[in-house]
Amino acid sequence: MPVTHIKNNFKAPECDGDILAVNDLHFSYPDGHSALHGVSLKLCEGDKVALVGPNGAGKSTLMLHLNGILGGKGEVEIAGMRLNRDNLPAIRAQVGLVFQNPDDQLFSPTVFEDVAFGPLHMGLPEDEVRARVEAALDAVRMTSYRDRLSHHLSVGEKKRIAIATVLSMNPSLLVLDEPSAGLDPRARRTLINLLRDLPITMLVSTHDMKLVEELFPRTIVMDEGKVVADGLTMDILKDEALLNAHGLEKP
Amino acid sequence: MHFDAFDRYHDKESFLHRLDPRVKVVVTIVFILSNALLPDGAWLAFLTAWLFLLLANHLSKLGLGYSLKRSIIALPFALIAITVLFSIPGNPLTTLRFITWDFTITDAGLLRFVSILIRSWLSVQMAILLVAVTRFPDIIHALEHLRVPAVLTTIIAFLYRYLFVLTDEVFRLLRARESRSAAAIGTRSGGGVFWRAKVAGNMAGQLFLRSYERSDRIYNAMIARGYAGHLYTLNPHEMKSRDYYVTAFAVLIIFLMQVIGRF
Repeated sequence: MPVTHIKNNFKAPECDGDILAVNDLHFSYPDGHSALHGVSLKLCEGDKVALVGPNGAGKSTLMLHLNGILGGKGEVEIAGMRLNRDNLPAIRAQVGLVFQNPDDQLFSPTVFEDVAFGPLHMGLPEDEVRARVEAALDAVRMTSYRDRLSHHLSVGEKKRIAIATVLSMNPSLLVLDEPSAGLDPRARRTLINLLRDLPITMLVSTHDMKLVEELFPRTIVMDEGKVVADGLTMDILKDEALLNAHGLEKP
Repeated sequence: MHFDAFDRYHDKESFLHRLDPRVKVVVTIVFILSNALLPDGAWLAFLTAWLFLLLANHLSKLGLGYSLKRSIIALPFALIAITVLFSIPGNPLTTLRFITWDFTITDAGLLRFVSILIRSWLSVQMAILLVAVTRFPDIIHALEHLRVPAVLTTIIAFLYRYLFVLTDEVFRLLRARESRSAAAIGTRSGGGVFWRAKVAGNMAGQLFLRSYERSDRIYNAMIARGYAGHLYTLNPHEMKSRDYYVTAFAVLIIFLMQVIGRF
């Protein structure tokens, strides 16, 4: 049964998209499966935005477009730069993408090497790399884990290190894919506090509606490759018809 | 769940632990090469090599018998050399009869076989000690410093990182099969041999597919952080004068072993 998209009356906060502007993005996977049908959204400095929607709505696909890992039809603009082949390296330094499974994100033998990976590939001098690694580990409160081996960490620790691996690039936009999935309550709480305190623009895909309510003033709802609602979280969470239509639950 | 079965590093504060990893890697390789080059039946040289190994064991503070205990696991591999017992011409010692074939053990064959056994046993012990006193990432750094091609060191590093993830995956698959390997009351569990082989084959295929897709996600995570075909690392190691002395000392002893073994 096709989902009938309810016309929504939420007004997105006024914003000209100085950090992220996506305009009419379309994408189909090579096997013909079509994932995005004209997605448009804007993010401004300091926004903390939740991206919700059922599995298969296109959230992860959208995220992979934000630093050019996937390239669909349409426009993506990061911090005023139009994403294209030439400025891909610059864009990747601007967008910190944290994948859902930290085992995919942490591929170096030690924590230090993983956090240093981004800055080193940006071609920064050694002192600067070390300073950034220290600052990033400090931001996620994992300084003492510097020399640990990644495969010996718990899931919660891995998640925080995974966030540090992109913070060390000083991105202007943090993009997280389901950060609270698979965490126990304490690790989840630590993560929530961490995300709240990070002074950085972020777009977070999640199924954790409690997290959305607690942390993000603005929510974007996606379904079937489209943005179906974009507005204040408190308004969206009030609209049970909208939530039900897109397989979401009130927290 | 962690499987530390492959992690042989023992954290201790010792002379060997503090040495630069390059020194340890080079000395280990030279030691193994030297063992391979020693002539058959150079007993005195083998003894010197063993004493050198004991000294290294002692300096590692892991106990004199540390590498000996762990080397036994590698001994079966030396049995591959068993054919030299029969294939080297020399004075026959005894003949074994196996169905219709006669196998004659010669004195030269026995000498070579025992020598190979000792050589491999000494070499394996040194390698075991190297891994016990050097963190694995440090060994990779040492190889990078020693100009081993980046492709090789990168493959080793990834292998090391994902071995653990892969074993976890295998154990999850095995457990999932186990928990559904039920039997109706009164029947025997598990179908025919072919059916079970098919299941095992499917599991191997699953594992390959999962690893393949994971490699895709890892690669995405790498390019998301600026990877463009070349890996950069910071190597915090620095050779101190002590490291040079130790290298010179060890290489000199190994050279003496060769002299003892040949004259």
